[in-house]
Amino acid sequence: MKQIPNTFKAGPDESGHFGIYGGRFVAETLMPLILELEQAYRDAKADPKFQAEIDYYNTHYIGRPSPLYFAERLTKHLGGAKIYFKRDELNHTGAHKINNCIGQILLANRMGRKRIIAETGAGQHGVATATVAALFGLPCTVYMGATDIERQQPNVFRMKLLGAEVKPVTSGSQTLKDAMNEALRDWVTNVADTFYIIGTVAGPHPYPAMVRDFQSIIGKEAREQMQAAEGRAPDSLVACIGGGSNAMGLFYEFLDDPNVKIYGVEAAGHGVETGQHAASLTAGVPGVLHGNRTYLLQDADGQITEAHSISAGLDYPGVGPEHSWLKDAKRVTYTSITDQEALDAFQMCARLEGIIPALEPSHALGFVKKLAPTLPKDHILLMNLCGRGDKDIFNVAKALGTKL
Amino acid sequence: MAATGDVLVGERRIAARFAALKAEKRAGLITFITAGDPGHEVSLEILKALPGAGADVIELGMPFTDPMADGPAIQRANLRALKAGANMKKTLEMVRSFRAGDQATPIVLMGYYNPVHAYGVPAFLKDAKAAGVDGLIAVDVPPEEDQELALPTRAAGLSFIRLATPTTDKKRLPKVLENTSGFLYYVSLAGITGVGAPDPKTVRVSVDELRRATKLPIAVGFGIRSADQAATISAFADAAVVGSVLVDCIGETAAGGKKPAEIVASVTALTRELAGGVRRASR
Repeated sequence: MKQIPNTFKAGPDESGHFGIYGGRFVAETLMPLILELEQAYRDAKADPKFQAEIDYYNTHYIGRPSPLYFAERLTKHLGGAKIYFKRDELNHTGAHKINNCIGQILLANRMGRKRIIAETGAGQHGVATATVAALFGLPCTVYMGATDIERQQPNVFRMKLLGAEVKPVTSGSQTLKDAMNEALRDWVTNVADTFYIIGTVAGPHPYPAMVRDFQSIIGKEAREQMQAAEGRAPDSLVACIGGGSNAMGLFYEFLDDPNVKIYGVEAAGHGVETGQHAASLTAGVPGVLHGNRTYLLQDADGQITEAHSISAGLDYPGVGPEHSWLKDAKRVTYTSITDQEALDAFQMCARLEGIIPALEPSHALGFVKKLAPTLPKDHILLMNLCGRGDKDIFNVAKALGTKL
Repeated sequence: MAATGDVLVGERRIAARFAALKAEKRAGLITFITAGDPGHEVSLEILKALPGAGADVIELGMPFTDPMADGPAIQRANLRALKAGANMKKTLEMVRSFRAGDQATPIVLMGYYNPVHAYGVPAFLKDAKAAGVDGLIAVDVPPEEDQELALPTRAAGLSFIRLATPTTDKKRLPKVLENTSGFLYYVSLAGITGVGAPDPKTVRVSVDELRRATKLPIAVGFGIRSADQAATISAFADAAVVGSVLVDCIGETAAGGKKPAEIVASVTALTRELAGGVRRASR
């Protein structure tokens, strides 16, 4: 008989595992640093002063709480479930990424680290990291795949304006995975003074749990706001998944609410059947990369295959280990949306709601577009609108064949 | 049967080689190449030529798309090998062919966990042992994950060789040593392979400290590119590991359109030079 856990919120265990996923698969040089980080985070978590600092920046710098918004025109248009957006795209820097960066930079400060590094895909995490590094006066190097630099020029310029050095990564597929390799190489070389701000719920323990904790403010706020708006919890949650940090941020609060259905939406690129996609939970197999065991896009020989998505933020062949565990535990349903479906949803949202979403949450929207019409009108659906689309307009124009 | 017919395998082949080095009162040369770089046939010829050129132990890299702890030289070697069609089966075939002609030189497979994970740990250990592999270095499997690979490897009679680094402090060292066998690989600088040069004085102090904690032979690597550097390290270490300089040589000669025989000749000439450094070290 399969044992049903009495809570989905207990992970990870002492050694950083979510079931068989997660762990600490890093080079020995990094192990002492990761253990030190784990201890420092444990101490900080128990220190009310640390939480008070986070609260301060959340309120006065990020602009939290982000609004809960009833998307009335979209709801009418789709003709089913009542659709709400958690508007993390209104945060300072334009996405949920800053929630995590504030937490990590405060931790870096506590640990006395003098230099910040990060990897970035879409550039949102890079911008958020460059922002907090500027705020705390620390030098910052952001690794970014050369392909991503090409398609996310506005964010590259933003990072430079914020004083960060953007280092192009030309190895491998020149996207997020290679940027992460390069950031790890930097860290292993500069062990004494450098703090690595990982942007998603992946990497070696304690990153998946720590980033989740910093992002879980999204779900906590949403529960209170929904209580005020509707007097109850939502019936379903939808969020897009690249590494999965915005999704964990929303989902975590509701994992033990048995009546809340949860959907994670991966990038199907040109279609999962074409092999050109980034849907590691849908089409990958468990393996070990970037410090943790998780579902990965790989060939039979264990070589990592290149992901594809129109959204640079989802273009990653892995996923956070907690999502892998939630998939196997069947607590969250993982599905996928193609480039074209995301583009359609992107335009629909702009026209119906006057909100230009990032291409990443446009995947979540693409699924909402399919799901909402199948649900009754009293069904409350909450989607995490985790980023705004300013950075994407050039690529969307290109995809739509429009010359700017 | 006469004892001469017995062949020491696995952990015992490595131990026998270090015992022989000790008897010769010299340090060993450990050479690293990536399996299948720049192509399967050439790589096999290089592998077979290494012992004759002075390699005492061979580290054979298992190609991987994402070698996170390696510098540009070994990254390129991995990609060259993969582009030429390298995979784990072919890597093990290389070892089998090598072993048919050389029963004495230990071969240690070195790389990252995922290709082993994908092959399946029990199947990998069985096939690796049958092919004539003696030990394993898995860069991204620290003691915290010992049940994954280190314990099964040792149970299979193969050495699990761990890396100690400048960040491995006294408190942590016993954990690193606990399930390490064959030899200990001291990474002489915090960083990636092939970038920077270690300060021999600092390395010597670290190696002396390690000696107080373990009886295992200690090999030193990362950043050794010349015969002189190899000689300096060999004055106090049990072996010097060279990798990036060799794979650079393979990459450069291959890119220059040299014939396979010429690539092999370049690599063996370089190995001979490095072996000379190790052998002339004053101890």
